[in-house]
Amino acid sequence: MNYETIIGLEVHVELKTETKIFCGCKNDSNSEPNTNVCPVCMGHPGALPVLNRQAVELALRAATALNCTINQQSKFDRKNYFYPDSPKGYQISQFDKPIGEHGYIEIEVGGEKKRIGITRLHLEEDAGKSTHAPDGSHTLVDFNRTGVPLIEIVSEPDIRTPEEARLYLEALKSIMQYCDVSDCKMEEGSLRCDANVSLRPVGETKFGNKAELKNMNSFRNVQRGLEYEVERQTAVYEEGGEVVQETRRFDEATQTTISMRSKEEAHDYRYFPEPDLVDLAIDDAWLNRVRAELPELPLAKRTRYEQELGLPAYDAGVLTADPLVAQYYERVIAENVDAKAASNWVMSDILGGLNNEGKSPAECPISPENLAGLIQEVSSGKISSKQARDVFKTMWETGKSASAIIKEQGMEQISDASVLGPILDEVLAKNEKSVADYKGGKDRALGALVGQVMKATKGKANPALVNQLLIEKIQAL
Amino acid sequence: MKITEETVSHVARLARLAMPEAERSLLAPQLNDILEYAASLQQVDLEGVPPTSHPFEQTNVLREDEVRPSLSRDAALANAPETEDGQVRVPAVLEGGTGA
Amino acid sequence: MKLNSVKEILASVHKGETTAADWAKASLDAVRKVDGELEAFLTVDEDAALSRAEATTADQGGLAGVPYALKDNICTQGMLTTAASRILENYIPPYNATVANLLNDAGGVLIGKTNLDEFAMGSTTETSAFKKTKNPYAKGRVPGGSSGGSAAAVAAGIVPFALGSDTGGSIRQPAAFCGVFGLKPTYGRVSRYGLIAFASSLDQIGPFTNTAEDAAIVMNAISGYDQYDSTSAKVEHEDFTQDLGLGVKGLRIGIVRNLPEEGLNPAVKQAVDAAIHKLEGEGATVVEVDLPHSEYAVATYYLIAPAEASSNLSRYDGVRFGRRAEAKSMIDMFEQSRSQGFGMEVKRRIIIGTYALSSGYYDAYYKRAQQMRTLIRRDYEKAFEQCDVILMPTTPTTAFPFGEKSDDPLAMYLNDIYTIPANLAGIPGASVPCGFVDGLPVGLQVLAKPFAERTILRVAHAYEQVRDFSWPQPELGVAE
Repeated sequence: MNYETIIGLEVHVELKTETKIFCGCKNDSNSEPNTNVCPVCMGHPGALPVLNRQAVELALRAATALNCTINQQSKFDRKNYFYPDSPKGYQISQFDKPIGEHGYIEIEVGGEKKRIGITRLHLEEDAGKSTHAPDGSHTLVDFNRTGVPLIEIVSEPDIRTPEEARLYLEALKSIMQYCDVSDCKMEEGSLRCDANVSLRPVGETKFGNKAELKNMNSFRNVQRGLEYEVERQTAVYEEGGEVVQETRRFDEATQTTISMRSKEEAHDYRYFPEPDLVDLAIDDAWLNRVRAELPELPLAKRTRYEQELGLPAYDAGVLTADPLVAQYYERVIAENVDAKAASNWVMSDILGGLNNEGKSPAECPISPENLAGLIQEVSSGKISSKQARDVFKTMWETGKSASAIIKEQGMEQISDASVLGPILDEVLAKNEKSVADYKGGKDRALGALVGQVMKATKGKANPALVNQLLIEKIQAL
Repeated sequence: MKITEETVSHVARLARLAMPEAERSLLAPQLNDILEYAASLQQVDLEGVPPTSHPFEQTNVLREDEVRPSLSRDAALANAPETEDGQVRVPAVLEGGTGA
Repeated sequence: MKLNSVKEILASVHKGETTAADWAKASLDAVRKVDGELEAFLTVDEDAALSRAEATTADQGGLAGVPYALKDNICTQGMLTTAASRILENYIPPYNATVANLLNDAGGVLIGKTNLDEFAMGSTTETSAFKKTKNPYAKGRVPGGSSGGSAAAVAAGIVPFALGSDTGGSIRQPAAFCGVFGLKPTYGRVSRYGLIAFASSLDQIGPFTNTAEDAAIVMNAISGYDQYDSTSAKVEHEDFTQDLGLGVKGLRIGIVRNLPEEGLNPAVKQAVDAAIHKLEGEGATVVEVDLPHSEYAVATYYLIAPAEASSNLSRYDGVRFGRRAEAKSMIDMFEQSRSQGFGMEVKRRIIIGTYALSSGYYDAYYKRAQQMRTLIRRDYEKAFEQCDVILMPTTPTTAFPFGEKSDDPLAMYLNDIYTIPANLAGIPGASVPCGFVDGLPVGLQVLAKPFAERTILRVAHAYEQVRDFSWPQPELGVAE
């Protein structure tokens, strides 16, 4: 039988605020344990939450960027559950009035555009970090992360393949970065993803039992975990079995998923309106300002690169994935250089170099203006493309401009016919055999002559010009 | 709806309260009385009446995103029953507990 | 040195006749003399009180040199704060409640922390895990609750004022039982930051004093918007003493038509009627008002308050503070710590509240209670279109003997019938002593619309000037 895969993702994104969502402690969970804590985020008796305006602002920005309908009347609720790293015994979250609902993200699968629906986006507080002793004897808890503002983004079950899941996450990350809402570093936990996956026979409309996958700490692992899970569930059905509704953990070492075998007490979170916080009213002025201030988003930018700059789709995709790369690229072309030439340099040389050294575009040793300078030196014919590679290498190492390096190393190309004339005459005079060969129809002989000219000029002669002048001179002989 | 000892057990579990038999059998009839009394609310037509979560309507009490001093680690951990390496130590959390 | 008037202590300190240290010593002497038997205090820190008093100057603020006590559910930095619960028996807060800071700044001198029903859940102070506070007028009777320690300390003359908290009557009812003035301000008037939460949407801090005027002076120090409490009201600061001398001429007193009188002691009713009559004699007019949903108030309250409490008390899990039971697994540790740390009344309310919020019952219980709360609120809004204050008894009876209602929780809850609606509606209310029945104090409850504390204080003050019943000496107290 053929099965259809149904995937929905729940993504938690840490917001880039200075302080926590309900208190003035620093939003920095990487400090020494329990140094960014206070009575509020430690859940001390009598302490009360006060909402951080910037957390609302960022959530609003994210919801708008994800095409959500904004609930202008929103509120907070308590989600009650006990866990050592949840200090109050409840998490302040949003239940029936999330900030945003009914949004979507557009992804491109095999050249086709596809919309993945977003059910809801809501604000909540993060929990602390528990470290379990390897021997299982105890657990240590650090509360620095408690109260870090999060948005939870729940997708519709619109995702049909593990690859689509990865593409959705990449698109989501890119949008969040464009809006400056979050770093979205999955490896550092500022973006976390759980996946619900189930199968059903093609044509069936009812959902099958789903597995909830946890503990996937990279986009690749999300895809792999889902791939494994699809295989596993297919095998269960093909053997006539039934998939158990359960939580499973991705195990990186074996690249498989493992049942968490919890006693699966049905969760009863006893949500109710948080009495310590007042309602949130997002008026038109606030909403309109957020909309107006929204930057150009990756998809729009990509389309513009294709249509206005004439870049191939591939180039546009690579350049717009990370807002810092797009920013870099736009500064290069602002210097009036050819868009495609700039794209080639940025995609291969700049991104390759940054990747090798594990640097972000902001730390690039070559400024966009200097890269534009290098491109101009080539297009004006001052140096050859081959020389440009050497100049680029020196620029990367020294941070100097192309023109300075060209000058220092005496690399200017000789493109002046009056300078080249006497040199050519001398070469022609000394290589009568080659001249004769060429005249006799051996085109390759011309190459030898060009080589002699390059040798005489230490490689600085403009090869195209030399070619042209040699032919003219031989024909005139 | 009759409150049985089983109901009390279930609810006590949700509330993370160990509840010995003696307490369960004491509480079940008392809760039954109280909930029967509260059932008077079922007799009233409350269709369309908005619920009150706060005595007064107030919206948007917001704090500026400015850092305020945190507690020192010593002060933060002073009341903790057990600590280790600047963290709070607790008994092992069995895998698959009720973390959300 | 009599410790029964904030106003007189202030005047004396201001004139330089006495100092803060004199009053602190007098108050600490009174604790030593009376509290062995009264058991109003859970913690008294003599050194802290004396050094605080030494550092207080006569012009420091609105309460310069005045000794006071705090209910032990109000956090005091570096000083034991237990909420009268085993689960917090060793808890030393790393911060001060906003009211504690405000009183410090105003020059008040904290003498100690007073007993209460565990987590303020109770009407007798008997559910305290530590002490059994006596009614100063009858050793064999309860002081009321939950703020029984604060009421008893003021009634016994140990401190001229004390703060309590009122969730369903926990200031007004013990004030009535102990023969002192007690004010529950409008919800949001006094910051809740640092008040150990019982039911967040109902809790409010307020003063116990001997007179309405003293309460006005204390209110001037503790009320106002607090950026650390999102539910704190953003209203202009006002002088609560401003209207004290205006009298009641032309004021409209509302009395409730069909007030539920089941369990109302006729002698209590008589005392209250007499008080209303006195005020009429001073020029007030009496109008009848309707509060049609009164009969549902207790049911509404005993769903909403436990529901919020069940969640508010989840933080007592043995992880970061408080009592921890030895256990091998995390879940055991939670369940045992909480089971050993909480007393029976607290457990009862956690169970009711958890049930009311649990899946399948939320709509039938919690949500309906919140809807009824809306109707009760509207009743009061309408009633206050017709009158300036509503008067009624604070409690159906006078103080009862220890143990009388301990094994019938519902009967105990029904005792709160007159005080609960003010918390549901968020309105201010006070209890003013209006007589004695069989040697036990009776309280007249004065309710007004939101933020009309000045009207309450004005009426109470006017009444205090004309009341003429004979006032016996407390059995337990500082002798004159």
